[in-house]
Amino acid sequence: MEQFAFYLFSVLTIGLFLITVLSNNVLYAMTSLAAGMVIISGFFFILGADFLGVVQLIVYVGAVMALYSFGMMFFDATRDIKERNTNSYSVFFLGGMIALLLVVMFSAPIMGENIVAMYPVPEGANNPQAVGLVLFTKYLVPFEVAAVMLLVAMIAGIILAGKKMDDSLTTKDENHEEDLTFSLKDNR
Amino acid sequence: MIGLSHYLIVSGILFSIGLIGVLRRKNLLMLFFATEIMLNAANIAFAAISSYYGDLSGQMFAFFIIAVAASEVAVGLGLLIVLYKKQGTLDLDDLAVMKG
Repeated sequence: MEQFAFYLFSVLTIGLFLITVLSNNVLYAMTSLAAGMVIISGFFFILGADFLGVVQLIVYVGAVMALYSFGMMFFDATRDIKERNTNSYSVFFLGGMIALLLVVMFSAPIMGENIVAMYPVPEGANNPQAVGLVLFTKYLVPFEVAAVMLLVAMIAGIILAGKKMDDSLTTKDENHEEDLTFSLKDNR
Repeated sequence: MIGLSHYLIVSGILFSIGLIGVLRRKNLLMLFFATEIMLNAANIAFAAISSYYGDLSGQMFAFFIIAVAASEVAVGLGLLIVLYKKQGTLDLDDLAVMKG
């Protein structure tokens, strides 16, 4: 049963993420990315990391995808994206080779040594309890730093996106558009 | 029972898919999607190693990766909106303003 779920999930995630990477439509790419995130949380549930799976569902599928869909409303996302791709075969070859090289580089030191658990799972605690025990003792300082980082990111997002929110992005008035093309021509 | 290497192979495949997307995409929004795929592949590897060695550090790292990804999306989308207001496009080739 576990094997069946694992192979089903891996085939589905690979397919969905391939759609995300190769599709020219922003809407298709975003929906397949969200579905892939949901299925990745399924991997976490198989592995016994229940709390991580729930966090993945809430943060990625809930928050990040909602942010992306809000961002999509600002940009004109209904038409297909035209991209000038030079040679996609060389890109595939290079991507695969670089990924293989990274895997070999990072797994070479691990192969030689025996890995011992630094913070073993506490006895008789289920996964959320164990996560809480480790997170609030050994990893307390990184946790607080992550909280400050999220606050900084929130303020930066508000300041960057909130400026001059009253004028529309997609339907510009004529004068402004002329200005824009003129300045672009000037730059060239 | 599935071995650890199966999870690591799936994670590597997903990471290379994300890497191909980063190399191939010219639209900045799609580039962001590809980076999300790469972060998720790393998360799968962390959770698998954490589960197979009985160590919770991997799950902790996955939590912090999720926090970093959330803040990256917030700041990055703000920057994209500013860029779109300024240039009217999200294409990477049109952003080469320092071209001689």
